Amino acid sequence: MVAPTDERGPRGLLPSVSPVRFLTVDGELTELDEHGGYQLPPAERLATVYHQMVVGRHFDTEATNLTKLGRLAVYPSSRGQEACQVAGVAVLGAQDWLFPTYRDTVALVTRGIDPVEALGLLRGDWHCGYDPVATRTAPQCTPLGTHLPHAVGLAYAARRRGEDLVAMAFVGDGGTSEGDFHEALNFAAVFDAPVVFLVQNNRYAISVPLSRQSAAPSLAHKGIGYGIRSEQVDGNDAVALMAVLSAAVESVRSGAGPMLVEAHTYRMEAHTNADPVDRYRDASEVAEWVERDPLRRLERYLRAAGELSDADVQAAEHAAEELVTWMRPRMNVDPVVDPAAMFEHVYAEPTAQLIDQRDMVVAEADLLAGEDR
Amino acid sequence: MTTTMVQALNTALRDAMRADESVVVFGEDVGVLGGVFRVTDSLADEFGADRCFDTPLAESGITGFAIGMAMRGFRPVIEMQFDSFAYPAFEQVASHVAKLRNRTRGALELPMVIRIPYGGGIGGVEHHSDSSESHYAHLPGLKVVTPATVEDAYSLLRSSIDDPDPVVFMEPKKLYWSKSDTALPVRAPGLGAARIARPGGDVTFVAYGPSVPVALDAAEAATEQGLDIEVIDLRSLVPLDDAAIEASVNRTGRCVVISEAHSFAGIAAELVARVQQRCFYSLQAPVLRVAGLDIPYPPPLYEHLYLPSVDRVLDVVDQLEWDELPNRAV
Ligand SMILES: Cc1ncc(C[n+]2csc(CCOP(=O)(O)OP(=O)(O)O)c2C)c(N)n1
Ligand SMILES: [Mg+2]
Repeated sequence: MVAPTDERGPRGLLPSVSPVRFLTVDGELTELDEHGGYQLPPAERLATVYHQMVVGRHFDTEATNLTKLGRLAVYPSSRGQEACQVAGVAVLGAQDWLFPTYRDTVALVTRGIDPVEALGLLRGDWHCGYDPVATRTAPQCTPLGTHLPHAVGLAYAARRRGEDLVAMAFVGDGGTSEGDFHEALNFAAVFDAPVVFLVQNNRYAISVPLSRQSAAPSLAHKGIGYGIRSEQVDGNDAVALMAVLSAAVESVRSGAGPMLVEAHTYRMEAHTNADPVDRYRDASEVAEWVERDPLRRLERYLRAAGELSDADVQAAEHAAEELVTWMRPRMNVDPVVDPAAMFEHVYAEPTAQLIDQRDMVVAEADLLAGEDR
Repeated sequence: MTTTMVQALNTALRDAMRADESVVVFGEDVGVLGGVFRVTDSLADEFGADRCFDTPLAESGITGFAIGMAMRGFRPVIEMQFDSFAYPAFEQVASHVAKLRNRTRGALELPMVIRIPYGGGIGGVEHHSDSSESHYAHLPGLKVVTPATVEDAYSLLRSSIDDPDPVVFMEPKKLYWSKSDTALPVRAPGLGAARIARPGGDVTFVAYGPSVPVALDAAEAATEQGLDIEVIDLRSLVPLDDAAIEASVNRTGRCVVISEAHSFAGIAAELVARVQQRCFYSLQAPVLRVAGLDIPYPPPLYEHLYLPSVDRVLDVVDQLEWDELPNRAV
């Protein structure tokens, strides 16, 4: 096969033949031929990523617990995907924009969003608990793939305004089958928009396995038809992710056009807490992936390289516990439900009809509150 | 000088683009061609390919791209080529355009306009004549605006572009070549104010967009029966000017709603329900409607049978419980 050539990359548009990998399952450095020509990221950055992954893992566990306590309506866990979500955020600058899905709450926390605000959607407090403008993070998107054209439009608009801004858009393997994924890639290429699309291929879309989403050699290959440089990477290898994604962001920022990166990972938990996972996958499969746990892999590597001490590990654990201690009591407080709030932001100014409906709902609520007293 | 509705829309876009650099126009064939109806004629020439440009042929992508641009300070005005070809964008419209302000508690607003040529009466072949306004009016968070005159085409489009909320701007294709001698620019009150297109005291016709001329013709024809009919042109379906409708019907005591969209679950049904609820004690007859048939929009040779006609409207007027027609003795 002749590779489509393109002066923008050594392989043209094509991704590496197999996912870029820096670490073996045991956290040892792989041979150079697995690095896909990427540089080993600086150790301090990796130590920070490790720290953030530990915090993310604890946060995720706490969120899962909160569903059991009835404090969250639902929680799609990030467990096993921390390397993707942390690296995807770690490579961004404060001026860049993140476009996450419902799965990516660990990415939000890594972005520095208050964990209680990050859980707003899932808590049922509001559809988006954080300020997307202040955090440069779009609301978590549930209709699959539909946020991708927004990332493209925003990135293009920013470039038109002369802003140094990259958009990082996350999507799942299932999401790559949606029309908007394809329209977004096409628009990004045609308008040369500074966007990195990061596919977290966790091998399932609820119960449907990857084989039912695509017959392509990899999901990364989908970029080629649109004229987008594409890459694939081991999504449980934080070192490889940092290498590939920081190169991707840098190249996109420099004006070399959008990129598509597929991260091969695995959803360790059920789709959400409400999903009977035994119906469609074997525990033995999960066990295999436990062996490839991204956190343990990175820890082993950093320790062996002398870049992570016991004290560092303890510091990470401590920070994670602090985060959980900070969020737990606040998550245990019932959010205030203000009936009038439902009407406040439907339009810039409520219509006459909405004012009537608001007054009715507020009067009903006042009456009920009176009866309670 | 005579202006057509197409020219008025074109002038509105041009004036809006001159007034505000953040206004950008894009869609399918809107660049060098000037749009299939020429509404964007020569905008690319005057403002350059950065301000008025063609996109890939993908309505969902166009809409999603516009959302992203609006999130970063632009005021996109996008064109859907025809009513039926806006359907691929429906998910973006329903799940994002309509909801983003609300989801983000006002942190992100979408000052964007989606222009949709709509409705029948132009002999269009299949998929070129849908009245899709009810789909959009049913989505809280959107404004839905439709002009019936050349002057309103200008002023409502300007107001829609200025508006902080997303507006679905529905352009009645049938009226694209209607003419006026009024000099532009003209500015009417902003969105949500209906217009009395013809004053009268015996019956209120409520109409919008392509049905306003039908309502006016029927009102004119009814003078032969001695009837003095008021015609209200809604101009905007959302926000809806309930007060104007209510004031008129309370005066006339009779109301007919005219809309060429399918009758079932359409805008006309909503309007009838509202009038019935708000004006019950003034009513002297049931509130009736003349709407499109509940069949897929028919082929060109049949469309005269589908569309509300003057005769069909007058037949319905006859059903308004007249003991005797007022001023019979003309
Ligand atoms: C347009 C659309 N269709 C269906 C759904 C329901 N749904 C929610 S998550 C999901 C699976 C998505 O899988 P994937 O994209 O791989 O992401 P993952 O959940 O694995 O992170 C489905 C079908 C949806 N949210 N949006
Ligand atoms: Mg998946």
